[in-house]
Amino acid sequence: MNAGRGGPGRWGAAALGVLGVACAAVISEVVPRVLALPGGVLPPLSEIVTALSGEVATGAFWESLLATVRQWALGLAFAVVAGIGLGAVLGSVGWLRRATASTIEFLRPIPSVALVPLAVLLFGTQLWSAVLLAFYASFWQVLVQTLHGAVDVDPVVDETVRCYGLGPLARIRHVLWPTALPYVVTGVRLAAGVALILVVTAELVIGSPGLGQQIMAAQSGGATALVYGLIMVTGLLGLLVNVGVRAVERRRLAWHISVRGEVAA
Amino acid sequence: MGEPRTEVLSARTGTPPEDTRARMLDVRGLRQVYAAQDRHVEALHDLTFDVRAGELVTLVGPSGCGKTTLLRLLAGLLRPTSGDVRVEGSEVNGPPPGTAVVFQEYGRSLLPWMSVAANVGLPLRYKRKLGRRHRAELVARSLADVDLADVGDAYPWQLSGGMQQRVAIARALAYEPRLLLMDEPFAAVDAQTRADLEDLIRSIWRSTGVTVLFITHDIDEAVYLGERVIVLSSSPTVVQDDVTVDLPADRDQLDTRALTRFVELRRYVYAEIRTAKNGPALQGAR
Ligand SMILES: Nc1ncnc2c1ncn2[C@@H]1O[C@H](COP(=O)(O)OP(=O)(O)O)[C@@H](O)[C@H]1O
Ligand SMILES: [Mg+2]
Repeated sequence: MNAGRGGPGRWGAAALGVLGVACAAVISEVVPRVLALPGGVLPPLSEIVTALSGEVATGAFWESLLATVRQWALGLAFAVVAGIGLGAVLGSVGWLRRATASTIEFLRPIPSVALVPLAVLLFGTQLWSAVLLAFYASFWQVLVQTLHGAVDVDPVVDETVRCYGLGPLARIRHVLWPTALPYVVTGVRLAAGVALILVVTAELVIGSPGLGQQIMAAQSGGATALVYGLIMVTGLLGLLVNVGVRAVERRRLAWHISVRGEVAA
Repeated sequence: MGEPRTEVLSARTGTPPEDTRARMLDVRGLRQVYAAQDRHVEALHDLTFDVRAGELVTLVGPSGCGKTTLLRLLAGLLRPTSGDVRVEGSEVNGPPPGTAVVFQEYGRSLLPWMSVAANVGLPLRYKRKLGRRHRAELVARSLADVDLADVGDAYPWQLSGGMQQRVAIARALAYEPRLLLMDEPFAAVDAQTRADLEDLIRSIWRSTGVTVLFITHDIDEAVYLGERVIVLSSSPTVVQDDVTVDLPADRDQLDTRALTRFVELRRYVYAEIRTAKNGPALQGAR
């Protein structure tokens, strides 16, 4: 079906990827040394790695990483449950969907960061501040995608299975859910990304425990190389999340990708 | 030259002999009006007919005369504006039990996220308490009946149009229906596939005794397939005629279509549809 899965194409792409990373590493080692900016605002890669490996040896680093992941996972989990639940209900009941459309369009564009004062008021600097922000940001992604998915049910499919005696619950299971699933997965993938952004933001701005807080601490302690190291860790975290969701997508939604003729990028 | 040269047994040329078989499908004074904001479309004006248990009836009418609307009413997907539909004596308020439907849009009536075998087996999971084994046997047998024994693990979108429509037919067969409703099921497949599928329907009908109502816009197909042809007029839609097809039960794409009788019947039905556009119909306005 799909050309380029496996075979020489795959290895070629992998080799190119490795080459790209190697080049980026060399550049980030050489350029800072050549520029030699005052105050050490741009340390070379080797210094960053050294600082980071020192940090990784401490328990504080792992605690922070765990805190970030926990807040991210909680915010995302609540958002996924609420977004799918509400999206399925609104998506299958036409008048309810029309009644709520304008409210959703109003609430959705509010930047989550604008809720920082509210989060502080409610939860102070505890983990729940970050969870709330992550939840608010990712909830809309899941909700809107699920809504699209639920509306996308093909009436011919639905009527066919109705003729064959499938009741409402069976139709939700066999028609609505599979139709909406690709949209839901896309929503979750987008949501996972923004949730991570919001968690790190909350840690930076509010001081909730986590990698963001560590970055602030390193910055005020003058440990510039460590700041970069920790930023790289947040980037890796985001990458892992994305790769994970895509893997699920490819395995569970092979039919969908093929139906739409999309390339699983 | 409105009238045919040879006698054809129809509701307009005489009274057909009383059929003593039970009524499988009973349609009385059926009318359907689609109401939009400021526009009303009368899809069906006034339909009355019945189909006896074990019959193979084809229903032919011009495009847009309300055939799909009629099918949706019979299948309980739509409530009529007035009149009523009975299947096996009970009024239709939702999809009647024991009724299988094959739609024209085969590509869209199969579930793309399920394998062919799962598609065929899905209705059985909800029909009655069938064991897994029994279900698998029914699925395998129906797929074999439509010559698709070895594609059970494929997905519908991996098959050609004609194969997809055969899967839809297999799904209907596995359901073991007492009434099989089909809405222009072969309109979108190539001529050879279409001929094969027509013969498949007749052989299924003869071996299972299922009651079939087969909707088409194609006069040739209606005469070739049916034991009886119900002719719908164009809008305002009524039953224009009800023609008995006295062709041999063993039909063959080449020989049957070459029979003088086939040509006469075909010609008669064609003339009926043409008259319907100009002259008065059998059942006018009430
Ligand atoms: N859902 C609908 N709403 C409004 N008008 C409809 C609807 N479905 C069909 N119609 C109209 O009813 C008439 C009959 O349509 P249809 O039953 O599809 O005819 P056929 O299947 O014989 O081609 C057409 O004029 C069509 O435009
Ligand atoms: Mg139609």
